[in-house]
Amino acid sequence: MESNKNNKIGAAVVLGGGIAGMQASLDLASSGIKVYLVETKPSIGGVMAQLDKTFPTNDCAMCTMAPRLVEISRHKNIDLISLAEVESVKGEAGNFTVTVKKRPRYVNEDKCTGCGSCLAVCPVGKAKAAADGKENKIKPIPDEYNEGLSTRPAVSIPFPQAIPNKAFIDSRYCLYLNSGKCGNCKKACKADAIDFEQKEKIFELNAGAIIATPGYELFDIGSKPEYGQGKFENVVTAIKFERILSASGPYQGKVLRPSDKKVPKNIGFIQCVGSRDHERDYCSAVCCMYATKEALIAKEHLGDQLEIDILYMDIRAYGKGFEEYYQRAQKLGVNYIRSRVPSIEEDPKTKNLIINYLSDNDKKVSKEYDMIVLSTGLLAPKSAKQISGTLGISLNEYNFCNTGSFSPVNSSRDGIFVAGPFTEPKDVPETVTQASGAAAKALSLLSDVRGTLVKEKEYPPEKDITGQDARIGVFICHCGKNIGGVANVPEIVKYASTLPSVVHAEDNLYMCSSDAIDKIKQKIEEHHLNRVVVASCTPRTHEPLFKNTIREAGLNEYLFEMANIREHCTWAHMHEPEAATKKAMGLVQMAVAKSRLLEPLYRQFVPINQDCLVIGGGIAGMVAAMEVANQGFLVHLVEKEEKLGGGARKLHYLLGNDKPQEYLNDLIKSVSSHEKIMVHTGANIESFSGSIGKFKTIINSAGTKQEFEHGATIVATGAIEHKPSEYMYGKNKKVMTQLEFEEKLSTDAQLKPPECVVMIQCVESRNDERPYCSRICCGTAVKNALKIKEKFPDTGVYVLYRDMRTFGFMESYYTKARQKGIVFAIYNNEKKPELIESNNGNLTVKYFDSTLQENIEIDSDYVVLSTPVTPRPENKELASMLKVPLDQNKFFLEAHIKLKPVDFATDGIFLCGIAHYPKSIKDSIAQAGAVAARAGAILSKKFIETEGAISVVNEAKCIGCGTCVTVCPYNAPALEEVTVTVEEVTYKTKKSKINPAACKGCGSCAAACPAGAITASHFSSKEIREVIDAFDRGVRSVSIEKGVVEVTV
Amino acid sequence: MSAEAVAATAAKTNGWEPKIVAFCCNWCSYGGADSAGMGRFQQPASARIIRVMCSGRIDPLHVFNAFLEGADAVLVTGCHIGDCHYVNGNDKTKIKYKYLENVVHELGIEKERLQLNWISASEGEKFANFIRDVTEQIKKLGPSPLKPEGVA
Ligand code: FES
Repeated sequence: MESNKNNKIGAAVVLGGGIAGMQASLDLASSGIKVYLVETKPSIGGVMAQLDKTFPTNDCAMCTMAPRLVEISRHKNIDLISLAEVESVKGEAGNFTVTVKKRPRYVNEDKCTGCGSCLAVCPVGKAKAAADGKENKIKPIPDEYNEGLSTRPAVSIPFPQAIPNKAFIDSRYCLYLNSGKCGNCKKACKADAIDFEQKEKIFELNAGAIIATPGYELFDIGSKPEYGQGKFENVVTAIKFERILSASGPYQGKVLRPSDKKVPKNIGFIQCVGSRDHERDYCSAVCCMYATKEALIAKEHLGDQLEIDILYMDIRAYGKGFEEYYQRAQKLGVNYIRSRVPSIEEDPKTKNLIINYLSDNDKKVSKEYDMIVLSTGLLAPKSAKQISGTLGISLNEYNFCNTGSFSPVNSSRDGIFVAGPFTEPKDVPETVTQASGAAAKALSLLSDVRGTLVKEKEYPPEKDITGQDARIGVFICHCGKNIGGVANVPEIVKYASTLPSVVHAEDNLYMCSSDAIDKIKQKIEEHHLNRVVVASCTPRTHEPLFKNTIREAGLNEYLFEMANIREHCTWAHMHEPEAATKKAMGLVQMAVAKSRLLEPLYRQFVPINQDCLVIGGGIAGMVAAMEVANQGFLVHLVEKEEKLGGGARKLHYLLGNDKPQEYLNDLIKSVSSHEKIMVHTGANIESFSGSIGKFKTIINSAGTKQEFEHGATIVATGAIEHKPSEYMYGKNKKVMTQLEFEEKLSTDAQLKPPECVVMIQCVESRNDERPYCSRICCGTAVKNALKIKEKFPDTGVYVLYRDMRTFGFMESYYTKARQKGIVFAIYNNEKKPELIESNNGNLTVKYFDSTLQENIEIDSDYVVLSTPVTPRPENKELASMLKVPLDQNKFFLEAHIKLKPVDFATDGIFLCGIAHYPKSIKDSIAQAGAVAARAGAILSKKFIETEGAISVVNEAKCIGCGTCVTVCPYNAPALEEVTVTVEEVTYKTKKSKINPAACKGCGSCAAACPAGAITASHFSSKEIREVIDAFDRGVRSVSIEKGVVEVTV
Repeated sequence: MSAEAVAATAAKTNGWEPKIVAFCCNWCSYGGADSAGMGRFQQPASARIIRVMCSGRIDPLHVFNAFLEGADAVLVTGCHIGDCHYVNGNDKTKIKYKYLENVVHELGIEKERLQLNWISASEGEKFANFIRDVTEQIKKLGPSPLKPEGVA
């Protein structure tokens, strides 16, 4: 193993292949760290792979995830080790020896093509009778992916997009492995991939850092007798319901109840099952939103006739876009009822369910439902204790991993970082963010050995095909029986060889098998092929493989075209061999037609400036700057105030014992003294231009201008506390905001013990003007309330709230506050609390208590208002300068709320801290780490490799109208002044130019250009027209009679 | 349509398979067609998919081209609004489609022959049903009036 002088290893082990592990692996690998991704299951993907949609945008979960799954499987610097566990970890940060145990798959991963032929012949686990007609004695095997709502054979691929896309034999059920009989799969597998002799393997990995992302477990309702212990058929967990809703689920996305597969008329959701109870004094943080999501989707499917009640304690819609989502659900008729449901009863005849509960105004209600969904909470993974033992890291009382307020991704052992729900229940974006943050830590640790273990692929020089006539080779796949069992492949080959420019056509059992791949390369040489068409499965999974193949044979990778004759043909027309054969011929014809026009395309290498700009010198900006600088890059940190520190300077204490001022001062010291950080205080951004890899910024500090270039940009400009106009704020000195009150509590030595303090939550927040929830105010109120009690135990403290949103581990402080006698009382937004000032300036708060159903008046010494965090007004100007968007609340808008939470749509610009959305210090630090990892991935390269198939402008045709500029979401086209000479007349005009580094090749500009001046390479209008045209030139008919095929052209 | 007319079209189109050109974006609707296959959702073999990276790439001219080359129906498909892999390509598709619809209507082409649908990569059954429905509708209508001479 290579190592440098201080013995650090440029590799990392990532434990757990859920979305967190996937993100961390991709971040590390793209920054030059070799990754071993160790997953215990047969496929990576984690729980997110089971989700139908994701809140709060109702994006399709698999659609957003599948490209990443594929990226991992193809990444040359990520070794995916499935079915494996870590046995022990020796060594120290920078140089660990990790012992891994890999269980047998009983399938040779190199040979298996994932065609699924074995699944069809496995006699086990299917509810049907066995082939010999006898009753199948083996019990059906519940399909884990569908949460047991469907069954699976003993050999299976967990889900269609699984990675690795390889079959897996479950030794618990396999007949052959248990009794030596059967072996059907072995016979059916034409790729000879089944290997019953496989044994468990134990081996060692050498790595400099470890990132643990083992995910979480869902609460098991088997331990809830009051909710039927899982025995009531129509009581399902939310994850089960997710599968019911999914188009790829057991009922193909139809909303049916399990007992009789009937459409339910009403559904009740019960929240906080296994959360916020005596054993688990924490909130699972995601259930309110996933229940809302499932309710919305079910309503989308079934329309208004479906009635949905969500029975909750507090609706915790605290994240970006959550409150708006909750509002939308209410408008669409989802009923939210505040109540804790003690138990469920089942009507044994109808299998309907009855629940009794106390409603808002203390009335007893009894209601019958067709179906009940239990929003089960998140627990630490079952393996947490074992992981903690092998890795030597400490856990908290609920077996989640211990992390600190200022070190959200550090475990208790140096060099081992953690992310995802293993540290605290959290949703997908926070998980993704934290995973990038953990990657950043590993990148800093291993910065001097970056790139030492990664491979760069070497290709032979490319053949020059200019001026050559097309010589096309067509390769047609049988895919075992998947294609060949329906369509007549030899006839297709015969037909293909008659097509113009085709000089070679052949078939193969599996075109993607390694011997077939070699054959393609050989034929390219032999027949001097300069275009290749493969007719097999979908290009979405296999195109990269074949592109790589022809590149290895010296052809430009873009001289390749694929015809999808499996998914789009033989699988879709299984019982129509003639129609399928005819269509397959047509598809081949279309692909050949397009391939004739294909041109070699080249990725460009744009050099990168390795410096980074961070805008904003608060905690988020400073942490981002530190993390980037620790990776070895120069950082310009620009702060508009004279001092670093930002809004955190006003924080004196946090929930728990951490001291924010100490942390802040240390951070300012390290930032100011860091040799790689140039701090520019009192400075404003005056101009900003360029794109990823080469931005140019001019800053102005007190009249002196300075210009520098940088490859990446980080926005961390923070936000402000809103100053309200309600409740006599500003008129009566005893009314103050939470921050002002915190200041008073901490610094006013003269402060006399108040008799009573009332806090009012959601002041000028969650209303029409500011529909969002500020996320941190409930925690802040609890924090300040506890502080009063600590200082003045006799002071009465009241918190008037709409929903207490102390999500995650904050919940325990809320519990503690109630134990200390702090009174929490609900108010209803329609009846807001009132403030009455007597003549002598004394304050009385009057509110309607909905539990007691009466008006309450409290005389208060101080009234503390929880006001929202609001975006900075200057955001608008900065956004237009950087050409990045703001959301409807005027915070900055990220590229993708779930999967790219810290990226802007424009490459090379990132976002962190409360400029994105209100959040705690801990979350800001995690996010700042994440942007550092994302920025590091760019800065660690000398060049950016652009997409080859991008849009190009024909300057002669361009009329300079700027349509492309408005259409492009990535700011790739720009109008540039050029001098044109036409027939001796020279004039200046504007022409569009597309920046290849920013273009992603979607082709929208080409479709929009009124002058037809833009060509979308690889999808040019000429190519598309040729394909359309070829549709008609296809085969007239195919008839197969007694095995004789007749083709009419 | 009168009963006789229906019978006449039926006779004319007996055994006739319409030609349907379906434009699909790489990330969603093409994936939807893949999922249809993966889920073995059967559908008539009448449609041919033309893959583009984003529905935003579909130029109204491509649609006219398809009609002029003898397509009996043209389907414009992409990701659900909000899911576009390129931020908002499908928003632009929606706008262009409005315009296209009008022109096609002006040309006297039945509205069934040009359809827009958002299909995600997991909606295999939806894709198959869509192809089946369109095929049935077009079979009732018969060949496209724009079909050039001599094209089946
Ligand atoms: S990528 Fe599907 S519509 Fe844009």
